Amino acid sequence: MKINIKRDSVVEYEVQMQDKTLLEVLNEIKSNQDPSLAYSSGCRSSVCGSCAVRVNGREVLSCSYHVKDGDLVEPLNNTPILRDLVVDMDKAYSFNTKAKAWQSLPVDNVSLSIDNQKINELQSDCILCGSCYSVCPVYAVNSEFLGPFSLTRVWRYVSDKREANPKEKIDAIQANGVWDCTLCNECTLVCPQEISSKADIEKLRAKSSVFGYMDPSFSSFGSSFGDGSPIF
Amino acid sequence: MKNRVIIIGAGGAGLVAALNAHENGAEVTIITKEYPTRSQTCMAQGGINAVLSDKEGDSVEVHVQNTLKSANGLADERAVRHMCQEAPKAVTWLDSIGVPFSRTAESGIAQRKLGGAYAPRACYAQDYTGLKILHTLYDRVLGAKIEILNERHLLEFITELDESGKKYVCGVSLLNKRSGEIEIHDASSVVVATGGYSRVYHNYSTNSVSSSGDGVAAALRAGARVSDMEFVQFHPTALKESSILISESARGAGGHLLNSKGERFVDELLPRDEVSKAIHDEIAKGEEIYLDIRHLGAEFIQRELPQEAKLAKLYENIDPAVDLIPIKPAAHYTMGGIEVDENSSTCVKGLFAVGECANHKVHGANRLGGNSLLELVVFGRQAGVSAAKYADSFKKHTDISGHKSIFEKEIDEIKRYTNKINFYKEHERLGELFYKNVGIKRQKDSMLRVLEMLREMKSTLPQMGVSDKTKEYNTNLTEFLEFKNMLQIGELILLSAINRDESRGAHFRIDAPAVDEKYRAHTIISIDGEISYEN
Repeated sequence: MKINIKRDSVVEYEVQMQDKTLLEVLNEIKSNQDPSLAYSSGCRSSVCGSCAVRVNGREVLSCSYHVKDGDLVEPLNNTPILRDLVVDMDKAYSFNTKAKAWQSLPVDNVSLSIDNQKINELQSDCILCGSCYSVCPVYAVNSEFLGPFSLTRVWRYVSDKREANPKEKIDAIQANGVWDCTLCNECTLVCPQEISSKADIEKLRAKSSVFGYMDPSFSSFGSSFGDGSPIF
Repeated sequence: MKNRVIIIGAGGAGLVAALNAHENGAEVTIITKEYPTRSQTCMAQGGINAVLSDKEGDSVEVHVQNTLKSANGLADERAVRHMCQEAPKAVTWLDSIGVPFSRTAESGIAQRKLGGAYAPRACYAQDYTGLKILHTLYDRVLGAKIEILNERHLLEFITELDESGKKYVCGVSLLNKRSGEIEIHDASSVVVATGGYSRVYHNYSTNSVSSSGDGVAAALRAGARVSDMEFVQFHPTALKESSILISESARGAGGHLLNSKGERFVDELLPRDEVSKAIHDEIAKGEEIYLDIRHLGAEFIQRELPQEAKLAKLYENIDPAVDLIPIKPAAHYTMGGIEVDENSSTCVKGLFAVGECANHKVHGANRLGGNSLLELVVFGRQAGVSAAKYADSFKKHTDISGHKSIFEKEIDEIKRYTNKINFYKEHERLGELFYKNVGIKRQKDSMLRVLEMLREMKSTLPQMGVSDKTKEYNTNLTEFLEFKNMLQIGELILLSAINRDESRGAHFRIDAPAVDEKYRAHTIISIDGEISYEN
């Protein structure tokens, strides 16, 4: 079986393996053919978020994708490449800080119902693999866009009954945040945990409205011509 | 820099220590060889033990007794008691900072029963308990604006001698994976939280590839003591080819273990060490072993065991609703580690340790499920507070920047190794040797032979090395450094296991199958392999 890996240029490797995950194939290449090949891995069971790459243009976790003859493996998009399939996640992770994706203060005497907990159960499954940033067309053109997993994380905390100051979080996601998303849904399609950041962003928009924010493209619509024409 | 606490490792233990050191006034830097949320903690599924009510007769005392029983006489009762008493506070704290625990109809934290527990006391968040705790801690660390340095590989803890000739830690040396540069960081105190060493068993381990025991090996080299290294817990049901964990919940839900003849051969709900031993015996007879959950039905499997179904399909290409799942036991958790006192301090001043890399003597010869997440919160707090206090009183200032060139020379030296022997193959061979001879059942003669082979392997290290001489992001190099650590640790496991002429918990000796009270003591082993027993 042949597999093509994008390094400085595309390199073709041949392995005698069938029905194996991409991670197993990468390990085989590194151990027996080319120890210089760089890629990240960790848990091998899809919970650590280390091994996201693109195969034939689609984001996958190496540990949960079965290789097919002729596959083209490339690093994630929209993220600086450190070497071969390894990308620098620092920038994407920094958006969690920028978006204040944490609970503001510890709270005493927590009492949460099953429904309270279910509301963000899926969102807290996120493994920060970065697939959603790789596929996001907004992040591709606006490197300051807070991006899918950060916004999902904000929804996780904003929707939690324990959060005492949701407004502070909502304030933090107005610029380069919820209104910049085009709701194209690409992030949902590639998420290995079946999270829909697009849906979370819609919920954050509704929450933003509650705090008096509105879609800036709407609010400026009337005067956006800037030519003094009357506002209808 | 005054008051600077460096935490090496960013799993649950490291992050809890960091938060507590920060709250106690220290200037904290967290250093990890990957990124925090990629740590081994994310793989913990079952739960975190804490007695939150007297449901089903549970009490702190029962938690203590269950832990001690599982530990087979080798735990420190005072440490166990402290951990179990602090458990409700630890879980309440996690709940207070936003961990999305599953809930009960009464709006409390949901709990389930794990092996060896008399009552349901493991607090859980579906099958993602570790993941959700780890991510919430990480978010908290971001909120506290604690510095995190990613992708730095630990080389050594740097020590000096004080006026009385006692060693104290004053910094760390790191290999920045990205730049390939050696970095020297000053520290007033250092917390080691680097995780366990199960990857000595290579692919016969359920662990992340990062569990190479770097911190244990470096602490030993810095003068810390390590103990109980022979106690390695094997999980009964890992997938045969990949060692991916199939959770205990599959057996809990009624799954059967079958041999090639389709016969059941063990009570599937016995403690882990006993089930693993039974499976081991069947495999020794030439049997293949399978986990059978077909009778539970496709609908039940999809609803209750979706992760297991997904992993079986992915790695064994089978559908557990119609096929048998081929399994084997695999190394899962290492009870031994860096010796610490009641303040989580090692014998090197200013060097603290916590989590799987440390031996707080709460697991003894066999860890109780649900106690490892608990340990990292309770002792993570202790380590963080202790490290901050020590840092506050730290007055020495030594210029250690000169160490940089020493480590640069060492790395250059490794790059000059001849690379005639492929160390990846050697690691594979080591794992195989360990699994067969230093695994579930052991025998002195065969372990002595493995010791000889391991020493031979060590002596050929200069003929191994790396073919990739690149400076930037050289994983060939960092993996070789990990392999070197595993060889060092492997020797300690072997010597400790050879010397303990008895069977206790996870350490079973075919040639000494009974418990011997003489060995009701902790194995302390020096860097030169000298063994003593202490209580």
